[in-house]
Amino acid sequence: MSRVDRSALPSTEAAPAFRFPRLERRVLDNGLEVRALAHHAVPVVSLVLLLPGGSSADPADRPGLAALTADLVDEGSGGRDALEVADRLARLGADLDIDVTADATVISMTTLARFLEPALEMLGEIVMAPTLADEDFARVRGLRLDRLRQLRDHAPAVAERAFARIIYGDHPYGHLSIGTEAALGAMTAADVRAFHQRAYIPQGTTLVMAGDARHADLLEAGVRAFAAWPSGALPLDRTAALAAPPLVPAERLAIVPRPGAAQSELRIGHLCASRDTPDYHALLLLNTVLGGQFVSRVNLNLREDKGYTYGARTGIDLRRGLGPFVLQMSVQTEVTAAAITEALREIDLIRGAKPVTDLERDLAVRSLTLGYPRGFETAQQVARSVAQLALHGLPDSYFEAFVPAISDVGLADLTRVARHYLDPSRLVTLIVGDHESIAGSLRSLNLGEPAVLGV
Amino acid sequence: MHIPYTKRTLANGLDVLVHEDHQLPMVAVNVWYHVGSKNERPGRTGFAHLFEHLMFEGSAHHDRGYFEPLQRAGGLLNGSTNADRTNYWEVVPTGALDLALWMESDRMGHLLPALTEAKFTNQRDVVLNERRQNYENRPYGLAGMASSAALFPADHPYHWLTIGSADDLRATTLDEVQAFFRAYYHPGNASLTLAGDIDTEAALALADRYFGEIPAGLPVAPVSHEAALAAEVRLRLDDRVELPRLYLSWHSPAMFAPGDAELDLAADLIAHGKTSRLYRALVYERRVAVDVMAYQSSREMSGIFQLIATAAPGHALDALAGVILETLAAVATDGPTPSEVERSLVQTEAQFVYRLQTIGGFGGKSDQLNAYNVFRGDPGYFADDRARYRDMTPGLMAAAVRRYLVDAPHVALSVVPRGAEHLALPGSTPVHVS
Repeated sequence: MSRVDRSALPSTEAAPAFRFPRLERRVLDNGLEVRALAHHAVPVVSLVLLLPGGSSADPADRPGLAALTADLVDEGSGGRDALEVADRLARLGADLDIDVTADATVISMTTLARFLEPALEMLGEIVMAPTLADEDFARVRGLRLDRLRQLRDHAPAVAERAFARIIYGDHPYGHLSIGTEAALGAMTAADVRAFHQRAYIPQGTTLVMAGDARHADLLEAGVRAFAAWPSGALPLDRTAALAAPPLVPAERLAIVPRPGAAQSELRIGHLCASRDTPDYHALLLLNTVLGGQFVSRVNLNLREDKGYTYGARTGIDLRRGLGPFVLQMSVQTEVTAAAITEALREIDLIRGAKPVTDLERDLAVRSLTLGYPRGFETAQQVARSVAQLALHGLPDSYFEAFVPAISDVGLADLTRVARHYLDPSRLVTLIVGDHESIAGSLRSLNLGEPAVLGV
Repeated sequence: MHIPYTKRTLANGLDVLVHEDHQLPMVAVNVWYHVGSKNERPGRTGFAHLFEHLMFEGSAHHDRGYFEPLQRAGGLLNGSTNADRTNYWEVVPTGALDLALWMESDRMGHLLPALTEAKFTNQRDVVLNERRQNYENRPYGLAGMASSAALFPADHPYHWLTIGSADDLRATTLDEVQAFFRAYYHPGNASLTLAGDIDTEAALALADRYFGEIPAGLPVAPVSHEAALAAEVRLRLDDRVELPRLYLSWHSPAMFAPGDAELDLAADLIAHGKTSRLYRALVYERRVAVDVMAYQSSREMSGIFQLIATAAPGHALDALAGVILETLAAVATDGPTPSEVERSLVQTEAQFVYRLQTIGGFGGKSDQLNAYNVFRGDPGYFADDRARYRDMTPGLMAAAVRRYLVDAPHVALSVVPRGAEHLALPGSTPVHVS
């Protein structure tokens, strides 16, 4: 046995070029696009239906309608009541997940490959023929109101809600998908039925099927299940999300008091970019250096050096319309002001005084590209990724082009996007924490008196 | 359905398991140390987990953070600690396997020279913040501590949660950290699994090359404690919450012991998802609860069966408890119906298949092989594990529910909004947890 050379870390070998599995598609007469990929690792099939209406498609006076509708579609369909639907899915070993994001409603179902046909039938039933009965509406709305009430005590949820409100105001992105108590209280089953009729239609919708079956068999099964879906007469207006939100936020510093809280939940950010920005890859790389991974500047400073938090990170939520750049962390109450100062400093430094170095760029490029195949291990990961292509109108070649595109981003690009997309003068700092004990220290931030918000 | 593997034990006692899966050009490295908060003692709780943090802060030949070189190589990495074990894993591109093994072996063999007071103090502060974030500042976040403390006597290591007490974390010294490493972090108390895009013989040779030179440590004596509950205990915890929540906890069989799979399936039948009996009774029909769940959390020395339900506004927890206990009694008397059994067979088959989808990370194939190896001494236990569920009968489930739940005392913890003590079960004693 040769002794290990511990004088230096072993070098790593180059990785093969990333290949994405072949994708086949068919567009039905009713407008539905079906995309299929074979994925043979285990006898599992994953179905992802992407409906391009999310919480930003909520009517202005009905925030929460898209999510309430999504919650109701599996509460009775095709002559089955809510419990019978759940029972049928359980007998297929199916995991059903319905997620309403700002831009879309995503219905995912993973099942054993041998149940592909009945699983598709159930998915079709839920999407095309939900009962949406008055009594189910009343029950589910009640549960969502109770959930909203519970979220008042959940600091991260309080922060998300208040932050969206401050940076977006009345813009369609200004509320969370769960909506508000007032709006949910005023909604009727008729609202849900009307929304379903406009949002759950084949035009603009994509069904992605990935799993242990042949392309042709997947496509044919998908077509059979959804061929009878009638086209919608009045598709949703999806342009509202693209409207320009306020450029100047309502507040620069705000606090939602949480007396006696052990930590301050923080959000620091501003509106930044949309998914179709030509600087997508540069922004992703910039964020990786600043706060997008464990060894980012923000986490190394606030966690590994200062010990202020269990973890600090930044993200750019790139949507169809303008999405925010946000730094988030939960810090020990006593160090709230100090942590905010450090966070603001890091955002400022990367724009000029301490631009991204060659070493940092190299680390981020390698981190994003060498591990890229890992994101496509399961049928569900693959299906969800392809659904994202559909949402943002990206080409099939997108995944294979990702690695070269990231590798092409240079230091000058990073400095340019840091200056262009990060703007300290517009940063909003939101705190959910013990106002009384930190009020004095907040003055050191020179951001003025904080606006005090309700939950 | 199984996970093919090869096992070899190195001369120093390290178990090495290899599983080939060439779907992606990646390899999962997964190391289990058979140590957790069950190896702690009163006054030094939270120690095993704090130690896990220190394992990422550098070792003798790489005295810097562990994340940087591995993220630079495109790797993903993490670790976790529970009552019974501590695990560390990386998922790396195949070309970075040497790097991952070099680093895992360096911290197994050469951690202490790099351990400093500064690193220790920093990670203690990080862990105190982890505790604040995930327990102190979270609704119902302290319920687990209160339940475990009531269920197990003060000297039983399941009395406390793995995160430990804040005072204990502050009292811990660097000397104690060093002694802990010497006692538990050595090849004979560890299991290494490599899964993914590798050749078995090459992988075994690599494992021997990097880990073979680490000296064997002293055997670790198994920890053994008894716990029983004499009578029902009713407690009340006042919290910053809107709705009251009931936590019912019972002592239950240890991991893989007779009764364990029975109660696991019973938990599904009784309170998992919309098909469960209590969802129907409490949430769907009577609407006295907004959610209900149950699980059999089985561990090495013994398990905990826990049933949790949150009351709907305007309802006291008493109304929920009555329905819950009636439902348990019905299952103990009649067992599940044939139709319920048929449904749970498909569901468990699906869950076993879904577990085979990933090579690494928490719960992936490499983690699974290590779990079976460490807890059963048999990495090939997958098929037997599945058989425990496939061969289940209504009679076995009914008998387990009677013996461990219906005929046994439990801890009933009412977590209620401050100022709404009347929503707790009658006769509950207030408890304070911090």
